[in-house]
Amino acid sequence: MPLVRAMTGGFTPPWPSKTPGIFVLLLGVLIVVALAELAIGPVNLSLQEIIAGISLSADSQGSIIVSYIRAPRLALGLVVGTALALSGCALQGVLRNPLADPGLIGVSTGASVGALSAIVFKDVMLGMLPPESHVYVLPIAAFAGAGVVTGFVFSVSRRGGATSIATLILAGVAVNAIALAMIGSLIYISDDQQLRDMTFWMMGSLGAANWTLVTVSFAIVAVAAFFLFRMGRELDLFQLGERAAYHSGLDTERTKRKVAVLCALAVGGVTAAAGPIGFIGLMAPHMARLIVGPRHALVLPAAALMGTILLLMADLGVRNAVPPAEPPIGLATSMIGGPFFLWLLLTRMKRDGLNA
Amino acid sequence: MYPLRRLSVFMVCLVVGAAAAHADTRPLRVVSAGGDLTEIVYALGAGDRLVGVDSTSRHPGETQKKAQIGYVRRVSAEGVLSLKPDLVLGANDLGPPPAVEQLRATGVRVAIAPEGDSPDGVLDKILFVGRHLGLDDEARRLAGEIREEMTRAIETAAKSSRGRKVIFVLSVGDSGVLVGGENTAADAIIRLAGGENAARGFEGYKPMSRESILQAQPEVVLMMKNRQGGHRSTDRILDRPEFSMTPAVASGSLVTMDGLLLLGFGPRTPKAVAELSSAINR
Repeated sequence: MPLVRAMTGGFTPPWPSKTPGIFVLLLGVLIVVALAELAIGPVNLSLQEIIAGISLSADSQGSIIVSYIRAPRLALGLVVGTALALSGCALQGVLRNPLADPGLIGVSTGASVGALSAIVFKDVMLGMLPPESHVYVLPIAAFAGAGVVTGFVFSVSRRGGATSIATLILAGVAVNAIALAMIGSLIYISDDQQLRDMTFWMMGSLGAANWTLVTVSFAIVAVAAFFLFRMGRELDLFQLGERAAYHSGLDTERTKRKVAVLCALAVGGVTAAAGPIGFIGLMAPHMARLIVGPRHALVLPAAALMGTILLLMADLGVRNAVPPAEPPIGLATSMIGGPFFLWLLLTRMKRDGLNA
Repeated sequence: MYPLRRLSVFMVCLVVGAAAAHADTRPLRVVSAGGDLTEIVYALGAGDRLVGVDSTSRHPGETQKKAQIGYVRRVSAEGVLSLKPDLVLGANDLGPPPAVEQLRATGVRVAIAPEGDSPDGVLDKILFVGRHLGLDDEARRLAGEIREEMTRAIETAAKSSRGRKVIFVLSVGDSGVLVGGENTAADAIIRLAGGENAARGFEGYKPMSRESILQAQPEVVLMMKNRQGGHRSTDRILDRPEFSMTPAVASGSLVTMDGLLLLGFGPRTPKAVAELSSAINR
């Protein structure tokens, strides 16, 4: 691309010349999907109504649908997709494990324990709180659960100032098992209605989006994303192995801690708002690596774009599949995610254990 | 029968048409989320005003032709709005709360029914539906009829009661059976029909251990007919040791009833009481 070379003053950038084009393409796809999310839904809306809804001069029912239902949903989709993809990317980088996803360190199960407790103990807890706050009890409980469980996993695997990656993964597995047992007990003591609520919450949905929820989760994810985006070089060094990274002058302990805190923050924030949505965190980084190569400075933004595109496409799918009913989004992401995961596994097997 | 029904439909249309002409606020595009509420809407002769129902609305058969909005606790706001309703009748557990909030924000009237797994609850729900459909008189008349039928059914059931211990089995899984404990619709209908709930000491629908089932010594096993009308799960019950050794199976007292009829607490509850009573007090 001569234009890029001209802009960078004759300097040849350290990425393939088609990379800027790929980003423009991804951004273009994202914009198209985002517009589709606003324009296409079970209710047929005219262009005027959609524009009125976006410009916040909502007067007719149609434009209210855009500004109260579709726009917050789109915004939440952007936030959730970005958070899951970036966290997955950073965790896969730091753990040097292509199969790592945010669930591995207990964020999702922790959030689930919090949210499901809120569903089961709703009647006990809500009595003590003012009615306006009831809608936020579940997200707050989920966020707290994510923080507590992730914090526990990291403190367990930290000994003498060093965090062992192997211990971290095993501690994650163990703590996930404990959390699942807690979920089991919650399921046992719940009544049949709470059971249905819990099952549906576990499959995730963007349907609860309103502007308050979007603002809070955006604020949380924006902080985490800001720092995650700047971790490209650190994550690249980690690919050499932890010791080599350390000898290249990287404070590896600090990097690990940073990734843990930022992922817990980002994934906890979005899981609280939309429930545990599977596979985006696993899928998006791999797709990004396939198209922009292994450099994390490029993989991170590409993964964020891929993640939001995938999530919005899944949401479009569930909203328009069987109207007026709406299946949970977790079904759609896992339906794309499951086959992708298998494909990944099979091609890796063919490549005989070489690093991705 | 048919011409008569057609005539009554015609009359309803006339009345509705006249009301619309007078720019009444009487809702004409109604979404009903709740099997009992849908039944009441039909019983009030306003079935043709329904534009959508939830997945628990299975009676009468015409509901199958209405748009399906999914499970009552997991409706999608935009999905419901796509039916352009002017009234959403919701069961007490209509949800999730954000969806209800979104519906209200777009200016749709959402009316939440009173809770009611009891004879009085049925009457409350009838009056509630009537009030929101603008059919107060019809609702009062229907509630009066149902009240009479109910009293008669409960009296008959009490007279013929033999104090049988009934266990309601919601589902049979490989790991165990889910039975209806205290404070469930199943518990309520069993007692109205002059039976005794054998599953005591816990609330809600819970798995019950083999030993406690044996200890409870149920004399009747009550189950829901599955939708295809088959009896596969009742066969599976007979094979299970905890049931095969109970008086219920020994005497062949296995009762299956339509789930919505049995547990819906709608206008057909007097019928459910009568049916169940004659089945368990045989």
